Amino acid sequence: MTDFYAIDSALSEEERAVRDSVHRFVDERVLPIIGDCYVEGRFPRDIVPELASLGVFGANLPEEYGCAGLNNVSYGLIMQELERGDSGVRSFASVQGALVMYPIFAFGSDEQKRHYLPKMASGEIIGCFGLTEPDYGSNPAGMITMARQQSDGTWILNGAKMWITNGSTAQVAVVWAKTNGDKDDKSIRGFVVPTNSKGFTARDQKGKLSLRASDTSELVFQDVHLPADAILPKSGGLKSPLMCLTQARYGIAWGAIGAAIACFEEATSYAGNRVMFGKPIGGFQLQQARLAEMLTEIVKGQLLTLHLGRLKDAGTMTPQQVSLAKRNNVSVATDIAREARRLLGANGILAEYASMRHMANLESVYTYEGTHDVHTLVLGQAITGLNAFQ
Amino acid sequence: MKIAVCIKRAADMETRFKIAPSGTSVDETGVKFDIADFDGFAVEAALQIKEKEGAGEVTVISLGADAVQETLRKALSMGADKAVHLKADAVPADALAIARVLAAELETGGYDLMLFGRMAIDAANQSVGPMAAELLGVPCVTAASQLTIANGKGTARRELEGASEVLEFPLPAVVTIDEGIARPRLPSLKGIMAAKKKPLEVKPVQAGESRVTVIKMELPPERTGGRIIGEGPDAVPELVRLLQTEAKVL
Ligand SMILES: Cc1cc2nc3c(=O)[nH]c(=O)nc-3n(C[C@H](O)[C@H](O)[C@H](O)COP(=O)(O)OP(=O)(O)OC[C@H]3O[C@@H](n4cnc5c(N)ncnc54)[C@H](O)[C@@H]3O)c2cc1C
Repeated sequence: MTDFYAIDSALSEEERAVRDSVHRFVDERVLPIIGDCYVEGRFPRDIVPELASLGVFGANLPEEYGCAGLNNVSYGLIMQELERGDSGVRSFASVQGALVMYPIFAFGSDEQKRHYLPKMASGEIIGCFGLTEPDYGSNPAGMITMARQQSDGTWILNGAKMWITNGSTAQVAVVWAKTNGDKDDKSIRGFVVPTNSKGFTARDQKGKLSLRASDTSELVFQDVHLPADAILPKSGGLKSPLMCLTQARYGIAWGAIGAAIACFEEATSYAGNRVMFGKPIGGFQLQQARLAEMLTEIVKGQLLTLHLGRLKDAGTMTPQQVSLAKRNNVSVATDIAREARRLLGANGILAEYASMRHMANLESVYTYEGTHDVHTLVLGQAITGLNAFQ
Repeated sequence: MKIAVCIKRAADMETRFKIAPSGTSVDETGVKFDIADFDGFAVEAALQIKEKEGAGEVTVISLGADAVQETLRKALSMGADKAVHLKADAVPADALAIARVLAAELETGGYDLMLFGRMAIDAANQSVGPMAAELLGVPCVTAASQLTIANGKGTARRELEGASEVLEFPLPAVVTIDEGIARPRLPSLKGIMAAKKKPLEVKPVQAGESRVTVIKMELPPERTGGRIIGEGPDAVPELVRLLQTEAKVL
């Protein structure tokens, strides 16, 4: 395991134990199958019950809801290990935990929490998170999906969401919609929508060249009738989905380092074995420089996420700090994956090796959960106090 | 059913070893430690027996410095119920000295079944289990690859190069476990959290005089590069010949 800076010594015994369990799970259950899943364009659903019994879903939520009750550093390490396997597997867990269980936990009623969280922790219910729309990606405030409350308190939902991870797999969708004809983003509320509701359709988005071992779907709501208690009562305004994204982005910052580690380790091993011009290619300065750059960025990313995790556990982490980590770590991971792919020569384009799969996956990760550019502007505003979005 | 499993903290065999400057021990920096391989199988065997019986208690016991508590907690996170840390500065090299300490603890526990790994993966003595059995005056089966308990009796299967042997024995007994039994389970994340709340008793012990001393440790010689003899089926006869005459492994 790549730990050049003895970061293990800064982890607690429990954090290491969590990491080691998920590490072994990924070695034994994800790595042997993921290349084929990727080529075939399917999410490995078979491993969902095993991920659930391992305790991965919503692992940082409290035990009273059937979750593991881990701290945020442990949670980050889980994401790192899952993405060492594949970004699609990590995305599944991120959506389930940070984008569906978290909003139910943070904005839901007691009944919603008691009903959904244990079943989601056990993998019995799979969730998806619908924020992005065909015409509103980086600017979700402009969304046009609308929920209207009827005189009996029930709701009618109309609109469409796009690029929704787990969309066709999920039994429940957390859908963000404006309410009662009000176009201001303050009217945005979250709704817990069973995917078998009449008027709800999900369609697999075909033709992806990235995140192929993940279900990405388009959701359409046509006069979907929801009970009064489908609303997440404590949600209010765009701030609510953004709070979920902060949770998920936190995990992504860790996950990206996992993908980078997978590529670095593959490249290192290849460099040691592949003989060209009479010696292992790892003996040539150019390849050594590649590996040195990769390792340096990995170590920086590891230290960044570990400190971010400690801030989150202390309750002082800010969304801007998360933006910096997501932006940096995904960007360096993307570069590392590409360099690893190149070091592998022709073999690097095969699904048998992991680097090109990670490289292609990370392009999605670069774009979702706030594009790299959007996080640049978040930082720009944090630095200057001037808002580039307006 | 009360089951005890004696486990040793040992280096993960996948790590690269360096010998410490003393020349008589392994340099532990950067080395990952875990439950010794066969001892992990023994923990799994104990948990499966308990689960099959639907009742019982699994106690894990380890002798060593404070670091063994991590190893004990790993077993607790797999599902063991309680742990005993026999606290000593170091684990002696003398198997009998270890067996004496463990047997003294096992004697007080009233266990029906006492499991060990077939051998500790690092010392590879294969003797602590049988010695403890002898000291306790109970039957001992070594290197069991299957183990069932029914009606107060145990049945164990041992394998040797394709042949096998099935033995029956009364309880209490000592059984040392071979790897065929079942893969040790992964500690679940909830199991890891639960382990922190399970009892871990620390008992200072004096390991008696060790009559065996490590004088020197050496790494095996560096492996030289491989050799390609030929390709495809044509190369097989030559490969077999070299394996017989040169490598002398066939
Ligand atoms: C595989 C995958 C899974 C996804 N899963 C989900 C999901 O589960 N739920 C969900 O709700 N969404 C999901 N998304 C959607 C994702 O969050 C959006 O794609 C993302 O927010 C970007 O939106 P967009 O694609 O519409 O790009 P746009 O917003 O159209 O951006 C296009 C380009 O313009 C740039 N840009 C935009 N605004 C500015 C600006 N102000 N200044 C400078 N440059 C700007 C962007 O950085 C980008 O380069 C997923 C996306 C992918 C690819």
